[in-house]
Amino acid sequence: MKRMDYTFRILTGALAALLVIGPFLPQWMLFQVTVSFGKGLVVLGLLLLLRTGLVSFGQGLYYCLGAYTAGSLGLSLGLTDAVLSLLCGAAVAGFIAFILGFLLANYRGIFFAMLSLAFSMILYGLLVKTAFLGSTDGFNVGVPTLFGFMFSGRWVRYAVYALACLTVFLAALIMNRYLKTSLGRLSPAIKDNEIRVEYMGASVRRAIHIKYVIAAILAGAGGALTAITIGHIDPEMAYWTTSGEFVFITILGGTGNVLAPFLGSLIFESIRSFAYEYSPNTWQMVLGAALLLVIIFLPAGLWSVFQARQRRV
Amino acid sequence: MKQKQLFSIKLFPGICFVTFLALTSILGWTIPAGAADEKPIKIGVVTFLSGGAAGPFGVPARNGAEVLTEALNMGGKVPTPYATKGFGGAPIELVFIDEAGGVTKQVTEYRNLVQRQNVDLVIGYISSGDAIAIPPVAEELKKLTIIFDAGTPRIFEDGSYKYVFRTGAHATMDNVAAAYYVTENKKIKKIAGINQNYAWGQDSWNDFEAAMKALNPGVQVAVSQMPKLFAGQYGAEISSLLSSGAEVVHSSFWGGDLEAFVLQAAPRGLFKKSTVVLTAGETAMFRLANQIPAGTVIGGRGPHGVFAPDNELNRWFRKAYQERYALFPTYPAYKMVQAILGVKAAYEKAMAAAGGKAPNQDQIIAALENLTYETPSGKVEMALGKGHQAIQGTAYGTVKHVKGQLTIANIKHYPAAKVNPPEGVKSEDWIKSGFKKTK
Repeated sequence: MKRMDYTFRILTGALAALLVIGPFLPQWMLFQVTVSFGKGLVVLGLLLLLRTGLVSFGQGLYYCLGAYTAGSLGLSLGLTDAVLSLLCGAAVAGFIAFILGFLLANYRGIFFAMLSLAFSMILYGLLVKTAFLGSTDGFNVGVPTLFGFMFSGRWVRYAVYALACLTVFLAALIMNRYLKTSLGRLSPAIKDNEIRVEYMGASVRRAIHIKYVIAAILAGAGGALTAITIGHIDPEMAYWTTSGEFVFITILGGTGNVLAPFLGSLIFESIRSFAYEYSPNTWQMVLGAALLLVIIFLPAGLWSVFQARQRRV
Repeated sequence: MKQKQLFSIKLFPGICFVTFLALTSILGWTIPAGAADEKPIKIGVVTFLSGGAAGPFGVPARNGAEVLTEALNMGGKVPTPYATKGFGGAPIELVFIDEAGGVTKQVTEYRNLVQRQNVDLVIGYISSGDAIAIPPVAEELKKLTIIFDAGTPRIFEDGSYKYVFRTGAHATMDNVAAAYYVTENKKIKKIAGINQNYAWGQDSWNDFEAAMKALNPGVQVAVSQMPKLFAGQYGAEISSLLSSGAEVVHSSFWGGDLEAFVLQAAPRGLFKKSTVVLTAGETAMFRLANQIPAGTVIGGRGPHGVFAPDNELNRWFRKAYQERYALFPTYPAYKMVQAILGVKAAYEKAMAAAGGKAPNQDQIIAALENLTYETPSGKVEMALGKGHQAIQGTAYGTVKHVKGQLTIANIKHYPAAKVNPPEGVKSEDWIKSGFKKTK
């Protein structure tokens, strides 16, 4: 029998623990964890790209597409089902990424980063000019339902939180598996030496295209999850600063493990939130200082703390 | 043995996570102890403290809140009817939050204010996007929330809320009054506009255009320029405005964009060629005192700042603000004061009705609905949105330089009923109907 690997055990343990302690957590914390997980999904996609040697400054494009898909379902069709929103958000983002991927898979380094940023800013520009979607003010997304259930009061938050936990669990699990497949293992190889990968008989372009679509699907799901959690969407989600924040969290968490993005975004959201509370005039500086400290002392991100411990055993 | 040790190491991240949750909980639950004698009323104040909107709007609003609450907490400082200490004798404590960072963060921070910092009410929101996103959350958390500035009419025209109020009039008023002001003496044949390409600019221009069409049948739109927000360079747009032959040029610019536009358009003679209406011009008029050409029409989004009436409250507020910040208060400061005084008036009215006991939130809400109260900017009536949306008169004036000093001449006041839609009618439909008084 194959031993269950470390990540899988942590994941199932964490999922069970989160679902059990959820009802006992203060309401604001439930909400903050849910929002962090939404962002964490986007960052998980970025982790995959980063392992392949690509930095996307345009994940806001798919995050925003996922959010607007979820919002439009409610706006035009009156569909408020949370799971359906997630799936549709992921599907739309994946489809657009599939098309754009034909172009983007040809680029590397700074060109890839700038092109992805350009596409996200095109979406931002379009949404700002679209008056019936509320322009820059955006619009509100109704209270989510789950398979036709309407939750009341505080249980709405718990339902969305539980959905977020499950989504993260599945996404991390699948990603963990994927990284162990031959296609997944191409990531570091492509990063190291593309010519060798081609000589092995693998298509670098195809591999990058697939990874780009996977990252977009995750970002779309993250966007849809954020939309139903926050209850409001606006074009800001596609703005380059949003994409930059995702890169920020990726660096903060590190790319060592599929759990790192979620740890990173939890820590990021907490630092940000307490910085808002305790230094409302200088919260940006607190965030910047935190990132600097991580870069200086933990160049491989927060997760490297755990990796170092593992190696020592 | 080895196996056991392994297991504990593998649990390390989990242990870290739980510790982290515990720590943040403890951090969140440590609430600074209030005054021993009276439990203070804690107000969460959300306004821009960083970014482009901080200078013209956010910081003056914060200053207004500070000046007023300090005076209220001393008791007897603020003129009648607000001479009592704090709210009905209870001191007020302010908790500031930066409005920068977008809607996602604002919704999260609103929840933290209510559920982690346990504020008694929230006053804030300059950005219309935030002001649209927050009301459903306020309803969910059942927390009294006052929107003090954001302009979009959508809040109470597209929804109805129990816990949310807006103590400032919405932006429709600004543009309707601007249209009245420029057609005061003659019918206009050709108009043009330059507005930022985002919700505020689009809504402002649409309202102005519709109002001009209602007041001047057959009026032509020569050109409507929509540069992007914070563009800063308007050379091409100014050229097109100059050659458009429009008699009136409308702009809802604010902050840095407004200053850049005035500095670039004035030397090229746009202000001589056309009458330029700046609906939010009041925020920049002191900084641009020497650059704004005579004949420019300026508004202050209500009877605030230079347009405020000469009443005792206003005299007190201008003096107190100037002593503390060495500047005159601009409209965001007035609007913030208007919000806090509205809550105070409602609180004390509810207190009197409850026989002198501290009122609960529902009693304060009931007292604030349809309330009419006095402010440094004159009378405020909570007349629309089932008693949750304020209306107010407004005023426009024309820039005139007297001995090198900027003054506002030819000020015209418009009563609230003339420039605000009646209850239950959407602004857009009201303007298109030719300002019908009834449904």
